[in-house]
Amino acid sequence: MRLKFTVNGRQAEADDVWEGESLLYVLRERLGLPGSKNACEQGECGSCTVRLDGVAACACLVAAGQVQDREVDTVEGLAGEDELDAVQRAFVDAGAVQCGFCTPGLLVAADDLLERCPSPSDSEIRESLAGNLCRCTGYEKIMDAVRLAADRRAEEARS
Amino acid sequence: MKPFDYQRATDTDTAVATVSRNPNARYLGGGTNLVDHMKLGVSSPELLVDVSRLSSDTVETLPDGGVRVGAAVRNSDLAAEPIIRQRYPVLAHALLAGASGQLRNLATTGGNLLQRTRCVYFQDVTTPCNKREPGTGCSALDGYTRYHAVLGSSEHCVATHPSDMAVALTALDAVVHTQGPSGPRSIPVADLHRLPGDEPDRDTVLEHGELITAVDLPALPMAARSNYRKVRDRASYAFALVSVAAAVDIAGDTIRDVRIAFGGLAHKPWRATLAENALRGAPATEATFRTAADAELAEARPLSDNEFKIPMARNTLTSVLRDLTQQEGS
Repeated sequence: MRLKFTVNGRQAEADDVWEGESLLYVLRERLGLPGSKNACEQGECGSCTVRLDGVAACACLVAAGQVQDREVDTVEGLAGEDELDAVQRAFVDAGAVQCGFCTPGLLVAADDLLERCPSPSDSEIRESLAGNLCRCTGYEKIMDAVRLAADRRAEEARS
Repeated sequence: MKPFDYQRATDTDTAVATVSRNPNARYLGGGTNLVDHMKLGVSSPELLVDVSRLSSDTVETLPDGGVRVGAAVRNSDLAAEPIIRQRYPVLAHALLAGASGQLRNLATTGGNLLQRTRCVYFQDVTTPCNKREPGTGCSALDGYTRYHAVLGSSEHCVATHPSDMAVALTALDAVVHTQGPSGPRSIPVADLHRLPGDEPDRDTVLEHGELITAVDLPALPMAARSNYRKVRDRASYAFALVSVAAAVDIAGDTIRDVRIAFGGLAHKPWRATLAENALRGAPATEATFRTAADAELAEARPLSDNEFKIPMARNTLTSVLRDLTQQEGS
């Protein structure tokens, strides 16, 4: 099939796509967007988290055929031209990145959380990030990073 | 994963006809369970007919005061629906107790009902399993059974049903509407799933090609006072060891009416009619709750690793009923 959809606000097209291949494969192997990571391939680990029509989803579970004419936002869409997004900066500053493999999925999930809930409680952060597994088990620093990002966004909103 | 064909359904009749005539065709909803199974080799369909954008994705009020939920409504959307949160809090709580945010955003109402057991032996194609390959034997019987059934199992299968949503729907007397090769029909959710008996490969009473199109919630004023409690090995993103869905109608200190279903105990959501009968007309006391739980659990038969489920089910039901009956009147 000829696949057409919107990625990070731009129209994307790919030819000779098998409808049954995953959105994750399309992003990584056909569109040169390897930020979304390929780990469990079963929707278990969250490292391929993207936003599909605005809501967080595991790209490994979505078939290419299901994406036709829809909107996808990946971790590559977070940063501006020259600077990182507030969530990305907070992960760096809080030391929330160890091996880094879970980081892109967590960034998308955290960004999604803060958009829905700008000042989340610790239990809301834990519940919202429950679908993103960090095999380095660096969860405390990840919690710090989300709190920091929430504070900075609130400051930015005030100034 | 084996290659397969994919079609996006354009209308219900064509979808039903297409899947019905091909024994190796399956419907695709949110893909959160079927796609896993295709990757694990548990299931290898030749054709997927995508119905995720076909069935109604709306929640509407019915003339009799009930609510109709389209089969394509996403779990996260249903949990957030104001009418569900107000009139059927047990259902909203059950939905939010399941899976992760990413999965609830994909999973559909119809697909959630038809998800399959998370028995580790069913999902591991290197082990015998009567549900996956009838006649090969049940690996769980002499295996790891912490998550397995204590009610209604058979010598062929001791798996449990994994859905939280289905437990709430069972307590609420919800009704499933389907469209199949023999036409439309309506099935109470309590009768949708089967006990394993000697056909553990059949999870439900649906025939091949039969498509869930909607789920109706009856008008049930007492459901405004309802709750779902799930006990699991970690605070989030885990399947139930035991869960309880309950709704109570109380007058003074007397239980006028009650609805109870258990999850995590059986091959299907377990409607606790014996406990309900023991509670109707009885005083709302701790002793009554325990007697009712014991009545339901008298026939429970634990396996080597899950004897704890019986006191856990009794304690969970007792605490849910205590909280519901002490709640301010609604």
